[in-house]
Amino acid sequence: MTNDSALYGDRSWIRTETPELHPVDKNRLDGTIVYTAKDKSGETAFSKAFIPKGSITKRSYIIIAVCSFAAVFGLWCYACFVMHVSSMFLPSPKEVVQSAAAMFTDGNFLFDIRMSVQRVLIGFLISAVVGIPLGLIIGTYAPMAACLEPLFSFFRYLPASAFIQLFILWIGIGEGSKISIIIVGSLAQIILMVATNVRNVSGSLIEVSYTLGVSRAGVFWKVILRKAMPDIMDTLRMVLGWAWTYIIVAEMIGASEGVGFMITQAGRQFRISRIFVGIIVIGLIGLVLDMLMMFLKRALFPWNEEK
Amino acid sequence: MMKKTVLNTDYPVDENVYYEDGQGQFYRLHNGVDIIGVTKQFRTKKSTVQALQEINLHVHNSEFISILGTSGCGKSTLLRMVGGFETPTTGKIFCHKKEVTRPGASIGMVFQSYTLFPWLTVRENIAFGLKELKYHTPSESKEIVERYIDLVGLRGFENQYPKSLSGGMKQRVALARSLATDPSVLLLDEPFGALDMQTRGVMQELLIDIWQKSPKTILMVTHDIDEAIFLADRVVIMSARPGRVREILDIDLERPRNYHVKSTPAFAAYREHCTEIIREESSKLLVNAHAG
Repeated sequence: MTNDSALYGDRSWIRTETPELHPVDKNRLDGTIVYTAKDKSGETAFSKAFIPKGSITKRSYIIIAVCSFAAVFGLWCYACFVMHVSSMFLPSPKEVVQSAAAMFTDGNFLFDIRMSVQRVLIGFLISAVVGIPLGLIIGTYAPMAACLEPLFSFFRYLPASAFIQLFILWIGIGEGSKISIIIVGSLAQIILMVATNVRNVSGSLIEVSYTLGVSRAGVFWKVILRKAMPDIMDTLRMVLGWAWTYIIVAEMIGASEGVGFMITQAGRQFRISRIFVGIIVIGLIGLVLDMLMMFLKRALFPWNEEK
Repeated sequence: MMKKTVLNTDYPVDENVYYEDGQGQFYRLHNGVDIIGVTKQFRTKKSTVQALQEINLHVHNSEFISILGTSGCGKSTLLRMVGGFETPTTGKIFCHKKEVTRPGASIGMVFQSYTLFPWLTVRENIAFGLKELKYHTPSESKEIVERYIDLVGLRGFENQYPKSLSGGMKQRVALARSLATDPSVLLLDEPFGALDMQTRGVMQELLIDIWQKSPKTILMVTHDIDEAIFLADRVVIMSARPGRVREILDIDLERPRNYHVKSTPAFAAYREHCTEIIREESSKLLVNAHAG
């Protein structure tokens, strides 16, 4: 503007100097409260960490996580060495390590692990390949939801073990029936959870796509699918965890190898430490799969905003 | 009869087109947006809610219209109907003499909520519509995208994903993205509603700057009185529940405008007038709430 005073009038009354702090002679302090710069003020690291929904450093996270594993291990040792629980009920860590060493050296156990992982992965992949498209169309198209959603909500609650006899009858005792059990345990979950992932894609994101020239069919591929992908990845990660827990049930059907089979056999022979090795290995493999999926999600979708 | 292609869609620009309202009354349609006898009812399980009562409005070509009203007066519903996202219960809406039936590239929209595609960078977001529509050669599209990156001041951020942008920046991308496809009408649904006061002021100036350089038919819904007056050629003030056009206010402020206009007496008079009406409408809502 050309002339400020014409527009805004006289501005000379506006005070512009900033208030100053005045240093005081330290021999003439007459107050009772003195703060010093060195005072630790505010919250301690501990109280900060427990602010609801607060966060901690990655290093603290790892330390605490390791400690909790160590605590469980400590309890186990306490029960064995101090309380002297019978090794029929609870084998000592030493026995478990010895069993593990024996099992891993004779080679059979590695084969068991391979077979189990293979069964779970094949079953899970089939579920994913069938389930993701079904979930996508259920979440996208209302008539498909009406047609399929109640049906799969029914299937979702059926326990996988209830199908053992049926699958033996229908498919026999080969690999097919074992993989089918894994599918029963994961397919309906994937379908329904992917449908929810799709429903979480905001309506206005779809609406804005129309205004940019995307067709109704295009919205499915170019917007809904793209937006839902990281969430679908999370779904897969969770369901893979569940699928993995069905391995024992699956290997109840005429198996002669596999971690689940090994555990069942060890139970019959009262080789409790072998059951422990089996359980720990199942848990560890699950943990590794979970971390792998998490890593894959971060690598594939760097754009995703973590909630 | 000769058809002329305007902007990015076929419009019967030079033809005479009429609308018959079902009672033998004919209306001549214009270029721009014609909203004729539009009402909207929402049916719920228990009752029918009259959201909008007979709306008649004509928006000229390249005119900037603000729609001002209390919350729940149906202003967003009206805008969504112009965009083709919802269908009027009665009446029709025409855009350049063509009926609006479903959303499409001829009508752009910027929402209050952030609607960027999170998997695309700023540049790819702005280029999205151009890629879909293929009106331009790739090199032309590229040029347009770069021009809009500069226009909305996002040079240096063009390769960032939306997750690392501030709210104001996201809305700038959204604005650039909708302008890049050159829609014949642009709808803004409280586009700066989620932004803080300062950012909002900056965005208003950006928008008015862009519009003054190349005027476009714009309908903007807002509840910010200053924003409505500052940007618009006309302010449509709606009454509350059921929504009706209560008054259409011509804003005779000189263009080009910049933020200084907000401290002129003329602006203050418009603000005073709008505040009075909005206040009256809001208190009506309050009385109704007590009564019913």
